[in-house]
Amino acid sequence: MVFAATLDGPSIPWVELIPILSLLAGTCFLLLVGSLVPTWPRRGYAWVTGISTTVALVANAVKWNNLYYNKGETFFADVIAIDRFSVLASITICLAVIFGALMMSAYLVRMNADGPELYALLLTSAIGALVMVAANELIVLFLGLEILSLSLYLLAASNRDREESQESGLKYFILGGFSSAFFLYGVALIFGSTGSTKISGIGEVLSENISIANTDAMLLVGIGMLLVGLGFKVSAVPFHVWTPDVYEGAPTPVTAFMASAGKVAAFAALIRILAVGLEQRVDDWRPVVWALAILTVFTGSILAVVQTNVKRMLAYSSISHAGFILVGLEAAGHVGSDGVATSMNYLAIYTVLVMGSFAIVLALSGNTDGETNLSDFKGLAKRRPALALAFTVLLFAQAGVPLTAGFVSKFAVIKSSVEANSYVLAIAAMVAAVIGAYLYLRIAVSMWLEEPASDSEISVDPAVVIVIVVSVAATLIVGFFPELLLQATRLARFAPL
Amino acid sequence: MHASFPILTALILLPILGAVLITIVSNKYLELVKVIAMVFSVGVGGMSIWLLASFKSADSGFQYVSQHDWVTSWGISWHLGVDGVSLFLVVLTGILFPLVILGVDPHHDHKRYLAWLLLLEAGVMGSFLSLDLFLFFIFFEIVLVPMYFLIGGWGYDKRVYAATKFFLYTMLGSAFMLVGIIATAVLARRDIGYLTFDLVTIAEQASFATNTGRWLFVSFAIAFAVKVPIFPLHTWLPDAHTQAPTGGSVILAGVLLKMGTYGFLRFGLYLFPAAAVWAKPVLLTLAVIGIIYGAIAATMQTDLKRLVAYSSVAHLGFIVLGIFAITSQSLTGSVMQMVNHGISTGALFLLVGMIYERRHTREIAELRGIQSVAPIFSAAFMIVMLSSIGVPGLNGFVGEFLILIGSFQSARWWTIVAATGVILAALYLLWAYQRVFHGEPDEANSTFAEMTLREGALIMVFIGLIGFTGVYPKPMLERIEPSVDKLVEHVVSHSDYKAPTTPKIVAEPHGEKVGE
Repeated sequence: MVFAATLDGPSIPWVELIPILSLLAGTCFLLLVGSLVPTWPRRGYAWVTGISTTVALVANAVKWNNLYYNKGETFFADVIAIDRFSVLASITICLAVIFGALMMSAYLVRMNADGPELYALLLTSAIGALVMVAANELIVLFLGLEILSLSLYLLAASNRDREESQESGLKYFILGGFSSAFFLYGVALIFGSTGSTKISGIGEVLSENISIANTDAMLLVGIGMLLVGLGFKVSAVPFHVWTPDVYEGAPTPVTAFMASAGKVAAFAALIRILAVGLEQRVDDWRPVVWALAILTVFTGSILAVVQTNVKRMLAYSSISHAGFILVGLEAAGHVGSDGVATSMNYLAIYTVLVMGSFAIVLALSGNTDGETNLSDFKGLAKRRPALALAFTVLLFAQAGVPLTAGFVSKFAVIKSSVEANSYVLAIAAMVAAVIGAYLYLRIAVSMWLEEPASDSEISVDPAVVIVIVVSVAATLIVGFFPELLLQATRLARFAPL
Repeated sequence: MHASFPILTALILLPILGAVLITIVSNKYLELVKVIAMVFSVGVGGMSIWLLASFKSADSGFQYVSQHDWVTSWGISWHLGVDGVSLFLVVLTGILFPLVILGVDPHHDHKRYLAWLLLLEAGVMGSFLSLDLFLFFIFFEIVLVPMYFLIGGWGYDKRVYAATKFFLYTMLGSAFMLVGIIATAVLARRDIGYLTFDLVTIAEQASFATNTGRWLFVSFAIAFAVKVPIFPLHTWLPDAHTQAPTGGSVILAGVLLKMGTYGFLRFGLYLFPAAAVWAKPVLLTLAVIGIIYGAIAATMQTDLKRLVAYSSVAHLGFIVLGIFAITSQSLTGSVMQMVNHGISTGALFLLVGMIYERRHTREIAELRGIQSVAPIFSAAFMIVMLSSIGVPGLNGFVGEFLILIGSFQSARWWTIVAATGVILAALYLLWAYQRVFHGEPDEANSTFAEMTLREGALIMVFIGLIGFTGVYPKPMLERIEPSVDKLVEHVVSHSDYKAPTTPKIVAEPHGEKVGE
């Protein structure tokens, strides 16, 4: 064969990229037009963000439908996998972006600091998240991780008037960079051992070779480092210490976005690496995930109890939720388990719950975005009964009270765990959930059973109202009719190798 | 009513509808809120009585069954049914709620109070009617939310502590049951061939390995033992009872505790017969300890409401004794005693509530000589108290006697010890009565107001029920017995347990009344 004059790159199926391109177009529009046209109509930036995300959402929904009869495929020389799993995660992330943009608009209007930068960062972080959930190659995954993380560092530090915000951005940046290094080192070691950075390629190599001569230890260390790197991102204990400070310091809309989209992306990546790439090594990673899950559910629930700041409480409760997702992931390490589907189910429901909860915190956090102590919630039922009721629904859902989506998500994960015979883990998780329930009760007590500390008017921005209403409605609808969501998440499968 | 009318579904949904309506109505129309609560609770009560009247007493199976798919991918269905075991608990729930709504004034925030009460009623109804494990769990657990707010919002000084303790204690028990329920369904799939949470399907078709069945039984038993409560898991109860508002205490003692004992019957004996027989000695022992301990603790109380609360521990001990003695008579007695305890302890809490309304104290030491200033009130208290003690001619006697005579045949020594509890009950209640009602009233007690017409009408309903079942328990027994016999047969055929042959209760013309 004659040498070709041109280098053959992979063919580019642009259609598959519509979600990412749409977000990218939104980012460029915001930055370009935003700097050229100084004054935009009220909430104009939020509209652009919302529209470009909606396009991405619709494209994903169409893709989900088209995937109905085949199980998805890989593109760009197999580095991107578009399958039901990644599409479901993308849809969840897009929803989080829309919710995040709504909350951001309310926040910026109140701060009198409307501008395109934060929206653009929101979109770029979403691009990173979308890359992460679809990445079938560890370097691409790392790129997605960095795009997501760098945007989040900036977003966390974006409130220049609050020292805590600066501190949280810096803390997140330093610790996040540290964990990224772990991740990258893990990728290098795994490449050294298996000769591939493709997740499905790693899976193939491992299924062909029961043991890799001389480099087994290298592989194991690599797996460990990957777990540390992603464990940091999903705030699994003992890699969780950044979470409360960052969640508390960051502007509330950013916290909400970080807690939902960031976690979805990191978990989706973790699940794909473990369940596809390291499927043959379940016996190596499953015990680690088991231990992480137990540590995470208990630490999250127990430490949540002693907090006095609602944002910190929600941070610890999000750690405990991460523990529950790890319970599902542990189950996924058993043959024939639906742990992957139930973990995704948990993530989707958790996204809605966490968005709604932080929206309410945002509504109450005052002009400085700092009034988030438990005492600020005192007597809320007397001041704004509807708001108190909505928060109660969301909190009870997080506690796992039946007829809410939160119960459905916990039930599904525990069912996977029991089906995999992980009884100890299932019982431990449920006991931890009871400990965690005390936290939600404390907030409920202060809202319903205590007298208001002040009777100043609470004005809730319409954009926040939308987030609250949608999330409460979704919580109850899924709680009463879980089948709607279960049918979808059950199909969350990976593209064939 | 048309034969195919889904009456059981209506029993659950009507109170929810009422609660929703109350939430929608503006705070300004307080009277309308009260009317809505009354109409819905009385409507549910009426339907439950209609259910009682049209219940086919000879039929031992589930009646008025209603089954619809709910969560098909998990094999969960909306499956309701009523049999002799649950019938009277449903009726008790149907009667007790309107009485509480009509008779007890919460003093503030009527709207929220009534909405929570109606939601609570829906949850309790659902627990007694569910024939699907998942559905049962949902109702069993959802009940905590309204009860939590009722105690926390309308209770006494330490209400938040008591409400939180109640919530977490019960939720911890349920956590084990949830894992147990999932494991039951998952393991039963091997025998049944598909995943289902349907109680009847699992109980009739699945069989569990000996040890597996025991573990599953234990996971359910923990949840029920907390709810009943069985010694030593009872510590939430005195706090919750004492701190709850009167209406809350009545409901708590009247029907909520029965969810635990009912659970033992429906999801213990029926679902895991062999394991229940295995656990028999332990539970019998705990029941007897509960009877004696509850009685002694009640004797020591200085707070009248706490005394009644501890008497519940003792009474519920009798019910558990009857359940795990597993004879036709003891089980019939237990089911009956569940209802009796609901009526008499419910009435006692109402009366203690009335004392508190008048005197703003429940300390026994501060009350004396009420009999001379309020004779009618004292008489009502006396009748209700005698029913609680189990004096012949009143309802408490029938149930307790059946439990003791039934248990004596299969659990002799336990029964002998338990029988002393009857005497202790007389001791603490009569002593309390003597201190509160006898003697000369001091200054504070001399103005103790006599019973009002409204209070009198309320208590008369309870006294009527006490007298009727005490004198003529046959209609009740003949509805309970067929289902209980079927349950005993189920246990015998699914385990190596040999039930002692006992004569039929109802078949004998004077069977249970000539015993003493």
